[in-house]
Parts: sequence; C-alpha cells; structure tokens
Amino acid sequence: MQIPYTKTTLANGLDVIVHEDHQLPMVAVNLWYHVGSKNERPGRTGFAHLFEHLMFEGSAHHDSGYFEPLQRAGGLINGSTNTDRTNYWEVVPTGAIDLALWMESDRMGHLLPALTDEKFSNQRDVVLNERRQNYENRPYGLAGVALAAALFPPEHPYHWITIGDPEDLRAASLADVKTFFETYYHPGNASLTLAGDIETGRALELADRYFGDIPRGPQPPPVTTAAPAIASQSLLLEDRVELPRLYLSWHSPAMFAADDAELDLAADVLAHGKTSRLYRQLVYERRLATDVSSYQHSRELSGLFQVACTAAAGVSLPTLEQAVTEAIQGLGDAGPTAVELARAEAQTEAQFVYRLQTVGGFGGKSDQLNAYNVFKSNPGFFDADLERYQSVTGAGMAAAVRRWLVGQPRVALSLVPRGRRDLALADATEVQVS
Amino acid sequence: MSRVDRSKLPVPGPPRPFAFPRITRVTLANGLNLRVISHGSVPVAAAVLLLPGGSSADAPSQSGLASLAADLLDEGSRGQSALEISDRIARMGGDLDLEVSHDATVVSLAMLDRFIDDGLSLVHEICTSPNLAESDFARIRQLRLERLRQLRDHPGALADRAFAQLLYQSHPYAQPNHGTGASLGSLTVEDVRRYHSAMFQPAGATLVVAANQPPDVLVAKASAVFGSWQSDGAAPAIARDRGQLDPPREPSARLAIVPRPGAAQSELRLGHVATSRRTPDYHALVLLNTVLGGQFVSRLNMNLREDKGYTYGVRTGFDLRRGDGPFVLQTSVGTEVTVPALGEALDELRAIRNGRPVTADELALAKSSVALGYPRGFETVQQIARSVAQLALHDLPDSYFEEFIPRLEAVTLDEVASAAHRYLQPDRMVTVIVGDPERVSQTVGMLGLGELQTVSPPI
Repeated sequence: MQIPYTKTTLANGLDVIVHEDHQLPMVAVNLWYHVGSKNERPGRTGFAHLFEHLMFEGSAHHDSGYFEPLQRAGGLINGSTNTDRTNYWEVVPTGAIDLALWMESDRMGHLLPALTDEKFSNQRDVVLNERRQNYENRPYGLAGVALAAALFPPEHPYHWITIGDPEDLRAASLADVKTFFETYYHPGNASLTLAGDIETGRALELADRYFGDIPRGPQPPPVTTAAPAIASQSLLLEDRVELPRLYLSWHSPAMFAADDAELDLAADVLAHGKTSRLYRQLVYERRLATDVSSYQHSRELSGLFQVACTAAAGVSLPTLEQAVTEAIQGLGDAGPTAVELARAEAQTEAQFVYRLQTVGGFGGKSDQLNAYNVFKSNPGFFDADLERYQSVTGAGMAAAVRRWLVGQPRVALSLVPRGRRDLALADATEVQVS
Repeated sequence: MSRVDRSKLPVPGPPRPFAFPRITRVTLANGLNLRVISHGSVPVAAAVLLLPGGSSADAPSQSGLASLAADLLDEGSRGQSALEISDRIARMGGDLDLEVSHDATVVSLAMLDRFIDDGLSLVHEICTSPNLAESDFARIRQLRLERLRQLRDHPGALADRAFAQLLYQSHPYAQPNHGTGASLGSLTVEDVRRYHSAMFQPAGATLVVAANQPPDVLVAKASAVFGSWQSDGAAPAIARDRGQLDPPREPSARLAIVPRPGAAQSELRLGHVATSRRTPDYHALVLLNTVLGGQFVSRLNMNLREDKGYTYGVRTGFDLRRGDGPFVLQTSVGTEVTVPALGEALDELRAIRNGRPVTADELALAKSSVALGYPRGFETVQQIARSVAQLALHDLPDSYFEEFIPRLEAVTLDEVASAAHRYLQPDRMVTVIVGDPERVSQTVGMLGLGELQTVSPPI
C-alpha cells in the first residue's frame, strides 16, 4: 500500500508534491505551513490560530473574502491549526485549479497589504466565539486546558491549547500579525500538495508559475524543548456536568519516536471497542462507567497518553482510578494477548486503507502526503508508517507501557459536577481555568 | 516580472464530464430491494440496510423504542455475545453504524473488501436474529438513561429538543429519537422483541452494496446471504409513516428560553414546520437555502459572523423528511449579543422573502457552487451507498443523480422568490434560546416576538 507521488522543491524552497487520482473531476490543493501554537510565546497565545482566520479575509490582489470565488467555482475550502502546523486546503473542480493556486499563492506572497484593523478585530470576535462554543460552553470542554497547563510548565509551548487564552487574544495586535507572517508564512516553511485529477507535469508547472516568484523567507527559529520532568499531580475541576469524569495523562513519545506505535496500539487494547479491557470491565461487566476512551496523542515535541472515563451515576472516581491503574499495570506486566494484538493490527490496517479513499480535506491523501513531508521529510512514508504498526510485538507493547505509564508521573484530573467534590480523587486540588 | 496576471482572478474552465454511479436493481423473492454499485479502486466495501419507519413509528408513550432496538442489534445475535460480534467486526476492519432517524432505521457497515462475505452475513445476522436478551436490554437502557442525563448540560441538545417540541407538539416528529427518561423507563425487553419482529421484515426494506467488484458478483453475494430472510406473516403491523400525519399549524410558543444561568453563549434555534421531501420545489429550496444560510458565503453567515463577529458560524436548512420537516436556523452567539444577533437573523429571514429577494448573481453563485461541487459526494463507497439508500427512502428514481444538476440549473429567479414566499414563514416562527435568562430576558422584548416563555424540554 502506498500513495504514489512526485516531489520537487522550487528554487525558493517550496516543496511541491503531486499525486494523480482521476476518479473524480476534482483536484485537492493542500498547503501546510510548519507553524502552530508551539511557535507562540506566553502572553501571546492563540495567535497562530487567529492568524489562520485572517488568511481567509483577503490578500493584496483579491481584497475580499476567500470563500466567495472558490465556492462559486464549486470548491470546498477550509483550514486548521494545531500545536505543530497550520494547513489550508481547497477541493476544486479540475477546471478551477488555476483559481485555487492563484489565491493560495496570493495570500502566501501578498497578504499584509490587505490586512486592516477592522478585519482583525472582527476575526478576533469570531475566534472568541469559537472558544466559547467549543470549550467554555461545552460540557467537559475545559478539561484539555487544565491538563495541558499541568503537564507542561509555563514556558513550554504545549502549556497552552491552540485556541489560546482569551486575555491574550484580546491583547493581540496588528503589529504581531506582520512579524508572524514574515517569520513563518513563506515558501521555505511550507509544503504544497496537489492531488487528484491533474497530470503531474502540468501540476508542477502550475505550482512553479504561481508560487515560484515568492521570495524565500528567513529560516524560522527551531523549537526544541525536551519533555520536562513532571511530578504527579491530582487536580479538581467543577463544571456544569451531570456525571463526573476522570482523566489520567502521561508524557509519552513524540510523533514517530520509539514506542509511539506501541502506545497507540496499547490505547486500542485498553479502550477501543467493546472488547477492549477497560470498556469490557468498566462499562460492560461492572457498569461503573458510561464510556471510556484512550489515545496516544503524538506530537512533534512530545506526546501525551490519556485515558478518560465517565462514571456511571453514583460511582465515585477513585473506583475508576483504581481500575484504570490496574489495567495499565496488567498490560505492562503481561502484554496483550495474541487475540488482542491481532485485533489491533487488523483495525490499524483498515484505518490505513480507509485513508486512501479521499484525495482532499482533513486527513485525505493530500493532507497525509504533506504530513509525512513536513514531519518526516518524506512524503512516501505511508508504507513505513504502516510498517511501524505491523512490527509491534506483544513484548514491545508491554515494555512501552512499563517505560511510559506504569508508576510514571501522571496528571489526574477529576472533573465533577458543581458541588460534588466528594466524587473526586481524595488528594485532588482545585485548579482555575477559563 | 511575474508570470502571473494578478489584476484579476483566473476564470475556471468548463466542468469535466463525470459519470454518476450506475445502480443495478434486483428485487429478491422475499421482497427485499437490492441495489448494488460497482465503484472505486480502494479495497473497501460498504453495505447499507435501510428499513422504513424510524422514531416517528414509536408510540408516544414509547419514544426511544426504535432507537433502543437498533442499539441492541449488535449486542449479540445467533447466540454470539456482544463481545464476539464486536471482535468479528474489528477483525474485518469494520465500522458499524446503527442510526435511527425520524423516518428510517439504517444499518451501515464499511469493511475491508476481502471480508465482504462475512460483513454481509454479519449485517444479516444482527438484523434478523439478534439475541435481544434481558440482561443486554437492561445494560443498554441504563447507558441510554445516563446519556440522556448528560444531554441536560448540552446546549445544542436542549435547543433541538425544545425546538422540536414547540413545533410539533403531539405530532410524531416531536418525539426525540433517543426518547426520554420516562419513556425509556417504561419499556421492557418484550416491547423491543415485539418491535423488532414487526419492523425487521424484508419486504419494503432496501439493501445497498457498493464495492470495487462487478455488479453481478455483488448481486450474487447479497442474494446468497439475504435471500433466506423470510417475512413473518404473523408479525404485528407497524405504522411506518406516522410522520406523514398533518403537523400543527402554529407553534405552541413563539419565543422560549431554556435557562442556563451564567452561560458564555446563547444557543439559538429559529424556524417552523416547512414541507416534505416530495415537494416539487425541492431544487428551488436547495438554492434558496444556499443563499440564505447554507454555505459560508450565505447572507446570514456573512452578516452575523463576517460583519458582526457575533458567532463562529450560523447555518440554515430545510430538513426535508417523508412527512413535513422543519426549516431551522441554528447558531450560538455571545451572551451579550443575543438580542442583536436575533434581530439580524430575523431581519435576514424577512428580507429574503420580502424586500431583498435573491438576486440574479446570488442565484448564479448558489447554482454553480452546488452543481460544480456535486461530484464530490461520490468519492467513497460509503458515501455512495448512503446516497443510494436515501433515494430508496424517498422513492426517488435511479436517474436522480444525473438529473440533479440539469434540474438545479433550470430553476428561475421567480421560482426561488416564490419558494421563499411560500416556505419561509416568519409569522409562524418559533425562537428558542438556551442561555442565561438574567442577561437575555431584559432586552429580548424589543424583538416583538411576544412573551418570553421559560420551557424545559422533555429529556
């Protein structure tokens, strides 16, 4: 299995990757900038994401919204920001490829002249509402804020979540935009993939035509911060929820590092599907929990392994904490059974196959080629990535669980209904988040 | 010297021809409608079984029954336990979805292509011979009750439930798919067994299979598995089309609040009962909605988000069902701008109908946006199988996909104007706010929507 591609690097440093798939008369344009909230600094958090919004508000030669011409052409258009990268994409009918490239290149090469205070303050309001909608006004929505802050010290770029702090967003200025753009938004810090109904030669020619004359910018300063040592902590957060939820989080390997795949599959064995150990025990048999989830969230600088578990009515969190701790201990001691490992491998293979189904959008082939290019300097890493999972052994998974989870420092968060601190872990101390 | 003319945007070339999926139809001797589509190059297969009659078929005191019954399908069948079923699905790289809408129960399975035989067998087994054991029933019902409890803190769920209740009152479309604590509490496993034997009959059901295999191979595989499914002549009858009963003319309140003290945002729903999927004005409504609130550059989103910054986004939709579904506007806005945001939304709804009708350019934009993007919906076997199942639900012809674009293109400005007049009815509209009563109720009177009623949706 693979995603066939051609890669070239333009004279200005822009990586261009092309993948042909002529099933639909559509082309996916996918552009990554290697910048995310990890490139922010304390006091100016949320900026990378706020900036992403501004990229849709117009550029020097098209000084109005980016959605209108592309939607008129039948295109789908979006973007996203996380800690490590920002991506922008369009899926357009084949005949609109020039339009999409014209626009992507205009905002890469000529954004600043079109930026005004008015656009800036409007999008800041939109982002403040996005934060209210997805975090503040959503049950359990602030758990991630509390966990990030506890797992990483204030100077570490994973200490804050990507959407940022509301006070920082209000303090952001148009002057910040200029510096940010010049540092990170240029060909030398970007990767462009065209996938779909387009011939490779023409795609490369168009990429060079539209992006070739944008000057290469400065090499952005690297962000290299080792995962800091943490002491175990037990936190308490009251929220407007009916049922309490326990979160347990550990530092874990960075993306593609040793033990990353092992822990990813360990998360499956623990909490993916009814046959997983925690679901089976806590939800299916003992009925102590209404749901359980687990994942290895691997990122560029370091990873985060998390188990979350919502208590059934009348169940307190210490009961769940004990069960999760024992399940992890058990997986570290004896590893997965052959059946568990085979099941996790089968699901992994299927996930890789499903990922070949779409050319564009979040997680489509164009997005994957860029991910592998930006993080591994190798767009063809698909095969090797699958191989990482297929080579996981039971003993290897057990060793990874022991190395990273069993007895390792962790942050526990008891998120309880208001006025129900009695349900929390006994040693939990209250945290303030907003 | 740049090689690019940046004085104007490039004009897109003409659309390339696109062949919509060909549907092969067979009706099995047991009355099951089989539709297969050969598609794709990725080794993934999709099967969708659609049974007409969804939550609207539930008796009022038993709301949530259809949904609970569907949820029990994969909790064990033919003597296998829930864990064994789950393991089997995992091993085929499967993804099973059990979904109950107002009008239908839909069982969808995606799987690696090489497991298609086992996948079809599994769908057949869980639908025709689920265990429906007492202990599994008790466990799943308890989980449902706990999910319902959690919904009380979910502004979107509260808003949806309050909106449906005010609009539909005693009509079956008022019934929440997942039921209420009271209705779930009164159900027994016998109710589920009775419902299952009535509901899961081959006659009238539709099975869609899409995979990268020749149609005759797919027909043979599906027939081999589903051909033995026999109708149960003694099964009780079920009222599958209660959704087509006449809905109430007027909402039971015009302006309602579900109190959420201290909320950072107000979750809003505005709308009224509109029409059914059978409406001859379907294509005009698609275009009207696209202009009004159906895409990013719609009037509402450009106003409330891009001009005012009141929200992260706002959208509208005609939720067209077998019976008369609602028109709904939905958004969440900052608490302090609740009233101005509602004012702008109401103005837009009134204006597109009377005062600022859809312009020729807006109509052209909507047409090209929807028509040129249409092939995007035919990329994966899962998308295609689901779309074909929707054709079956709404009695639409196999030529529907091919005819969609020409029919859309044929819609005139007059037709959109008259659709706006007929299907948007601000005077019959209900407005639901889930938000902080203290900070909203003082000023909401200025909207002229009448008295603010405090409601508590059935959960």
